Amino acid sequence: MTALLSVKNLTVEFTTRDGIAPVIDDLSFDLAPGETLSLVGESGCGKSMTALAIMGLIPSPPGRVASGSISLAGENLLQAGDTRMRAVRGNDISMVFQEPMTSLNPVFTVGEQISETLRRHQGLTRRQAKALSIEMLDAVQIPLPTRRINDYPHQLSGGMRQRVMIAMALACRPKVLIADEPTTALDVTVQAQIFDLMRAVGKETEAAIILITHDMGSVAEMAERVVVMYAGRKIEEGCVDDILARPRHPYTRGLIACVPHLLETVSAERPYLQEIPGMVPPLSDFGFMGCLFAPRCDRVETRCWQEKPKVTQITPSQSAACWNLQEAKVRVDA
Amino acid sequence: MQFLVITLKRCGLGLGLLLAVLVLNFLLMHLAPGDVADSIAQDAGGLDAEVMAQIRKDYGLDLPLWEQMLKYFYSVAQLDLGYSFYYNQPVTTLILEKLPATLLLIISAQVVSILVGVVLGVIAARKPNGVTSHFVTILSLVGYAAPVFWTGIMLIILFASMIPLFPIGNMVDVSVERTGFAYMVDVLHHLVLPMLTLASIFIALYSRLARASMLDVLGSDYVRTAQAKGLSEFQVVFKHALRNALLPVVTTAGLVFSGIVSGAVLVETVFSWPGLGTLAVQAIVARDTPTILGILFFSSLVVVVANLLTDMLYRIIDPRIKTAETSEI
Repeated sequence: MTALLSVKNLTVEFTTRDGIAPVIDDLSFDLAPGETLSLVGESGCGKSMTALAIMGLIPSPPGRVASGSISLAGENLLQAGDTRMRAVRGNDISMVFQEPMTSLNPVFTVGEQISETLRRHQGLTRRQAKALSIEMLDAVQIPLPTRRINDYPHQLSGGMRQRVMIAMALACRPKVLIADEPTTALDVTVQAQIFDLMRAVGKETEAAIILITHDMGSVAEMAERVVVMYAGRKIEEGCVDDILARPRHPYTRGLIACVPHLLETVSAERPYLQEIPGMVPPLSDFGFMGCLFAPRCDRVETRCWQEKPKVTQITPSQSAACWNLQEAKVRVDA
Repeated sequence: MQFLVITLKRCGLGLGLLLAVLVLNFLLMHLAPGDVADSIAQDAGGLDAEVMAQIRKDYGLDLPLWEQMLKYFYSVAQLDLGYSFYYNQPVTTLILEKLPATLLLIISAQVVSILVGVVLGVIAARKPNGVTSHFVTILSLVGYAAPVFWTGIMLIILFASMIPLFPIGNMVDVSVERTGFAYMVDVLHHLVLPMLTLASIFIALYSRLARASMLDVLGSDYVRTAQAKGLSEFQVVFKHALRNALLPVVTTAGLVFSGIVSGAVLVETVFSWPGLGTLAVQAIVARDTPTILGILFFSSLVVVVANLLTDMLYRIIDPRIKTAETSEI
């Protein structure tokens, strides 16, 4: 299977007061056509920065892509010019952001904001773009789309606005849809609806989806494959079922254990809410030549502090970067 | 329809405000010692009490204050602002004669300062550490700190005296008779320096404001969305960002309009621009109460109308306001 989107050895550096920090450190992953890949990790792990790098929207200064390549269907986007990137954004790759409340422009109607994209990329007339926008609103299950098209964002609820964002992102039938924590700002009841919607509309438009999240629950629900990131590095990658059942990196195991289980019996091994002690290191530590997770790891050994963990290919689809891999037989959810 | 209701409501409020201004002006003027009879007496080098009483009677100044006030209101309602004892002309005629010159000055100053201020602000916000940005910072500091009359005199020295590009003062060149297009060009030529002087403060104000709000808006989520949609740089900045960044500018433009009107008085004096400001100064010196009251009334009318227009404009630019009001009604 050839990759639709291929990120290879991507390094993004930020210039900070303490020097240059690699917010994304030698990251590689592939995205197949139509598949749903999830980027998981805590805040500050470089997930959103990866998305912005793919979109060509890294804020510069202070950021810049230092090395690597991002290719979409064989075309290296990092070498594409501004004009070409503008043609790619919103048309071939589009993005749904975390904050539906502030991501729509308050002074334009939602119809205008959807049809604007269509007019720009598909060369549609105003009338055609409006008709298609109504269709898109209908596709994202907004009731009375012909009337809603004239609404301003403040007249819609958060869930509705996120639907509009999805309609906007999918209007041009992009090959890749990047959803950056699309449900984090929404009510839990709305989350499931948005996921269902993304799955359905994504399938219909045949878009491959990159879902960025910190919630393993969302991953289990949405994704087919997972890339776990920590402090700008990929620490584990694999199919969702493998990762959830046999996480090999201690951090992945920690993330899974953090998902609260309402109906589970509370026991000594499984207290009500689990946490990973400590927090993501500050940017200034990002280039560290050991394992960045070492300070928080319960399996840490001397080597972890001295050498950057090598990637171990566990199965053809699963790999992890750790000196002291978790045994395969330990199941977190047992 | 709802727009109409709100407009009417605002007009009603404006009228009430004007009435309050009238009462306040009238009382204030009568609090000051001395009246027109004293002024005439002073000019004549002294008059006997009998003649002064006769003057007061002729002009209705012997009536009780509330009666004078009611009479004044009654005539104002008929657009009769009284008779100027000093100019021997009806005040309304006097004001309407001078009003166009003042309106030309303040409106052109307002338009130019908003345009220049916003453009400078946008350029500065795009490159917060660039040359224009520093220029805007310095300009707003100087422009805001320098008194209008000083700026005016400096501009006269620079561009009328040292480099004689523009005339020193007045609205037209009285030595040549001009009509039609030539007359308009002549007026515009005379307008440049006073307009720039008046605009200088407000260019400073608007550019700083536009820079700050544009910086704010450029960092917002919806601008990132606009970029993620693949829109051109021009569309991102001038369609998505500027429309939002203009909101505080419009608010301020309405608020400082009264400042422009009062600034015009100084500018008119410096450039002997034949407008309401020059008239006001002369009328104050001559203790010409009806004229002063008339001018105060007209300038408050101008400010009220300007605020009304700002309000309407704001409603057009920002859709969120409309619904907030309609849900209230």
